[in-house]
Amino acid sequence: MLDIFKSPVLSIQEFFLLAGRTFRSVPRRPHYLNDIFLQMDTIGVGSLPIVLLTGFFSGIVMALQMSKALRTYGAVSQTGPIVAIVLVREMGPVLTAIVVAGRNASGIASELGSMKVTEQIDAMRALGTDPIQKLVKPRLIATCLMLPCLTAIADFVGICGGYLIAYFLLSLTTSEYWNGAYRALDYVDMTEGLVKPFIFAIVISLVGCFYGLRTSGGTQGVGRATTQAVVVASVWIFVLTAFIAKIFIAL
Amino acid sequence: MPDSVLRFERVTVSFDGNPAIEDVSFDIPAGESRIVLGAAASGKSVLLKTAIGLLRPDHGRVFLFGQDITGLKVRELSDLRARIGMLFQESALFDSLTIEENVAYPLENQRSIRCPAEEVHARVEESLRFVELEHTLEKFPSELSGGMRRRVGIARANVTEPDVVLYDSPTAGLDPITANNIMALIVKERDVRKATTVMVTQRFQDGQIMTKYRYDPRSQSLERASGNGASIAGIRFLVMKEGRLVFEGAEEELEKSTDPYISKFVLRH
Repeated sequence: MLDIFKSPVLSIQEFFLLAGRTFRSVPRRPHYLNDIFLQMDTIGVGSLPIVLLTGFFSGIVMALQMSKALRTYGAVSQTGPIVAIVLVREMGPVLTAIVVAGRNASGIASELGSMKVTEQIDAMRALGTDPIQKLVKPRLIATCLMLPCLTAIADFVGICGGYLIAYFLLSLTTSEYWNGAYRALDYVDMTEGLVKPFIFAIVISLVGCFYGLRTSGGTQGVGRATTQAVVVASVWIFVLTAFIAKIFIAL
Repeated sequence: MPDSVLRFERVTVSFDGNPAIEDVSFDIPAGESRIVLGAAASGKSVLLKTAIGLLRPDHGRVFLFGQDITGLKVRELSDLRARIGMLFQESALFDSLTIEENVAYPLENQRSIRCPAEEVHARVEESLRFVELEHTLEKFPSELSGGMRRRVGIARANVTEPDVVLYDSPTAGLDPITANNIMALIVKERDVRKATTVMVTQRFQDGQIMTKYRYDPRSQSLERASGNGASIAGIRFLVMKEGRLVFEGAEEELEKSTDPYISKFVLRH
């Protein structure tokens, strides 16, 4: 009976061992700055178009849906504050993280998985390089730096998308919408909106690296690792956002 | 008696409880060569990876240059690995790096080597010239054929002029002509640098090239080591079967063996 739990428990243990080794490697030399910048470009700049699209249309959809409910109470003027709060606290970080997980957790897992099955990871170790230092650390640092930036951009374009709906379809004035949105947000919202992507970034990069580095079974194994990385990272994003939201609501 | 460079003492390595190599013991003195024969999944590659500490034994001890590496820390192990070159199966070149960067990798990344930056290019070029691929510096591995990638792998394994070179199935998947060219390069490396060589292979004729031929620097080609077909001294065969070492001896003993498994290698080729 206990054998059923053996494999998942072992996986969790291996994941935390990888996480621990990676965190310990962060202050240690060498830092492989070129790899960090390359990953920042891949993860940050590469994800920008899709993040802009997702953020913009989620703002539009939110304004449309909210306006319908708010009209019932004669509170259409509250569209700006509601779009801003929901986007900055919840939807912006989660949607951006899901998009980045889909794009980059899979990318990281497949890249590292391919390296694993073609023995490039072993070759790296044999040639005097720690794969954690060379492969995992740059991806962790790059994701932690880029995801909060992408989230802030997604939040902003989302609020802009909401503004277009508010101005053209709900007949709100520019100042009504933007003043409402600006006044609705306080520092706790901003903090929550930036803490979440930072934590999600740790999850996305480490989950991608974890599944990539434990890939086995040739190209089929690479495909399996990629799928697992996206699914597990996405699930953890939803679980963690609930926990973090609870903590910030209690503040 | 020469110092031992690699010694296995009753080594067992398992994956999920299934032994990949079991109770393996052997000793390789400095300057000698070993050819490890075995069918697929007999534990040959695991043996090489265990020899350089990429895999840790469940039981037994591995000695590299006289030092027990079984419980060694990564950093200490890394310094020892700098004295070993390894050609992985399928070469294991880094896809994202050019050929020059691939061959320069051990020079730039191994702490104990500390090759001055201004020397790196010259050494890479020299190493690639040795395998006749000095014109591929700017290319990526994906632009080369399988045989050329294997030759780059040999250049990378030897660029640091290691004391021991390990070759994991250097001719696997290659056509006979390319395979013979690869073997000629391995013999050339062995004879020019006098390094201890351990080669894993499924092909007995690869071992025969190692035992019967020498590199002649004057004619710059391989020639028979002796007129009567005798083997070069100091080269022995190891045969692996289902993770166990079932034979260790000279070529003549291998050829005389009546063991059905061992004799298959000799008769088949």
